[in-house]
Amino acid sequence: MPRRQNDTTAADPPLVPFWHDPAKRGMLLQIVVLLLALGVGYVLVANTQANLQRQSIATGFGFIQHEAGFEIGEPAIPYSAADSYGRALLVGALNTLRVSFTGIIFTLIFGSVVGVARLSRNWLISHLAKVFIEVMQNIPLLLQLFFWYALFYEAFPSPREALNPLRGVFVSNRGLIFGVPIEHPAHGWMLIALLAGIVLWRLLVWWGRGLQERTGTIVPVHRLGIALCLLLSLLVWLAAGAPTAMNMPVFKGFNFQGGMSVSPEFSALLIGLVLYTSAFVAEIVRAGIQSVAHGQVEAAMAIGLRPGQVLHLVIFPQATRVIVPPLTSQMLNLTKNSSLAIAIGYSDFVSVANTTINQTGQAIEGVALIMVVYLFFSLSTSAFMNWYNKKTALVER
Amino acid sequence: MITGSNTDAAQMKPPLRNIGVIGWLRENLFNNLFNSLLTLVTIYGLWLFVPPLIRWVFIDSLWFSSAEACRDIEGACWSIIPNNVSFIFFGFFPEGQQWRPLTAMLLLFALVFYSKNRKHWRQSLAIYWLLGLIVMGGLMHGGVFGMPVVETAQWSGFPLTLMLALFGMVGAYPLGVLLALGRRSKLIGIKSLCVVYIELIRGVPLISLLFMSSVMFPLFLPEGVSFDKVLRAQVAIILFAAAYIAEVVRGGLQAIPAGQYEAANALGLSYAKTMRLIVLPQALKIVIPPSVGILISAFKDTSLVVIIALYDVLKTTKVTLSNPQWMGYSSEAYLFLAVLYFVCCYAMTSYSRRLEKELHAGH
Repeated sequence: MPRRQNDTTAADPPLVPFWHDPAKRGMLLQIVVLLLALGVGYVLVANTQANLQRQSIATGFGFIQHEAGFEIGEPAIPYSAADSYGRALLVGALNTLRVSFTGIIFTLIFGSVVGVARLSRNWLISHLAKVFIEVMQNIPLLLQLFFWYALFYEAFPSPREALNPLRGVFVSNRGLIFGVPIEHPAHGWMLIALLAGIVLWRLLVWWGRGLQERTGTIVPVHRLGIALCLLLSLLVWLAAGAPTAMNMPVFKGFNFQGGMSVSPEFSALLIGLVLYTSAFVAEIVRAGIQSVAHGQVEAAMAIGLRPGQVLHLVIFPQATRVIVPPLTSQMLNLTKNSSLAIAIGYSDFVSVANTTINQTGQAIEGVALIMVVYLFFSLSTSAFMNWYNKKTALVER
Repeated sequence: MITGSNTDAAQMKPPLRNIGVIGWLRENLFNNLFNSLLTLVTIYGLWLFVPPLIRWVFIDSLWFSSAEACRDIEGACWSIIPNNVSFIFFGFFPEGQQWRPLTAMLLLFALVFYSKNRKHWRQSLAIYWLLGLIVMGGLMHGGVFGMPVVETAQWSGFPLTLMLALFGMVGAYPLGVLLALGRRSKLIGIKSLCVVYIELIRGVPLISLLFMSSVMFPLFLPEGVSFDKVLRAQVAIILFAAAYIAEVVRGGLQAIPAGQYEAANALGLSYAKTMRLIVLPQALKIVIPPSVGILISAFKDTSLVVIIALYDVLKTTKVTLSNPQWMGYSSEAYLFLAVLYFVCCYAMTSYSRRLEKELHAGH
């Protein structure tokens, strides 16, 4: 047997025809598939070029520098209709980032609360959380957005009869308007004091850990750290003469002047995104906490840890590993879902790009831009995710 | 007898405060100070919120009245639904022909109900579904048995929502399985093509694909060839769902032990036969519950076609609301739709959970 095998491989031409040789067949298959993909791509590009020429649409990104000619609500950077399409798109991207960032922070807080509530031993609380999760998960986000937006317009009064729940806070169908402190140099210094406090807090944690390892004494470093941050800011504020002047909204003519306002579009989008995503986050948090084996908790209690310490030192570090990966994909979903802004008239990136497409007719460039921007968000998130996974992965011995 | 023996203690009932309603309350609502406070605060919150809501929904509301009668009431005006029900559900489908989408929908529900039972999961089920889909398509499109043709542009309302989700799933599944197999392939060229496709699609929002379908697809086609908006949106939904299905199926493929592949190889089965006879039947069974999850997402996501101006059930509701007679009753209309979506999605969710438990127990 071995002799014959040797013979065929060494001297004779192979007995197997090439279509029965897995390696060659695989190569052939790949070539065919790639050629097919290239062929389809070529036909599409050729058709597109012919169509564009026929409709005499210019190609390329030259339009970016042309005057946009449309206004955008709530720009994060100065913008007017006379600015270029490029700047309009930048404003849109910043608006997307703003609503996503705010949404992610509120979602993390609210979703965790609901997730913990779902596990509460209190029957009422855990069932309320369950109802919330089921209802939110099973109704399309777009419908929820329409609902909140309609609620703003139909349930809230006009600015003239705006609700005034707190001093300086007005709610009307033009959105939420509230007073903000008038700019004062003290604010900058307070921020610096806060940052200094955070640095000191970190140092305190480091010192506290060393002390505990050497002597076993536990210092409540986090409480001290937070107190330090607040105290430093307060001191700076007092040292600057305690400025209290506020820029209060005042009703003038048809609308409010002054103060800071949040539009109904932004509010509806934020509320919708936060409530919808929170339901998914809550389920992730619940699953994460339940994934920690019960023996861990019992062991921790047996060695005399207090409930807070059990949560902080035993459950939390283990649950985080399970929670973070699906959590990141939910955050990404929230960012992608913020593109529904277009349906209720908030000017996010997709909405601005759509207006651009409609005005310039450059559909391919517009859609490509949308895809590239969202791909950038996704890829950077997954890069962060991989880094985090590596950092927190169990070190196997 | 207070000085009872052991037998008495065994026969004694547990103290009243530990059983029955009081026991349950003590155990679940008032087991410590914090929980007791929490319960009281929650009950107070519910007390503030629920009675006015019940008043609005049931007591002060009108259900079957004219729009004029609604102007004078404090509560909800549910009359918007019965007065516009045929438009909300069937949109622009010609008046006299609306029994057709209705029959198609009932047929679909009957098929779904029949498929719920796992005893019916045989080859005949696939044939029933195929026949059912053909009959549904025939009912919607017409042109046979003397039914006038109804162009897809007129397909709207709830049947459109259902069809986009259903055909989206049916179309996306084979593509998703192929992509999953491609991603697990050892052939670098095929693998990278599939990875790029899957990650690209999963990285962008569905709405960008829908835009692509509405503004870019027409440019891709040669001159004179065009296909209509509903079909283009359907293609976009298929392309989108396929990437997500691919990832779910890949999970199933990874769960199949290597021994199965090796045994198939040892028997001398070809790649196609290994997959068709050994691997896929097992892998696809594992991924049934997450696939139902994708179906739910697809069903919810079809509402996005509103943005490219297709008349699904959300859009027909919005059109109804823009009628001056019914303007201002958005909450009622949207709540009705929410209930409709919730019932459909919740039924699927709970079915998927039950299935997961049943299939899991089989291992």
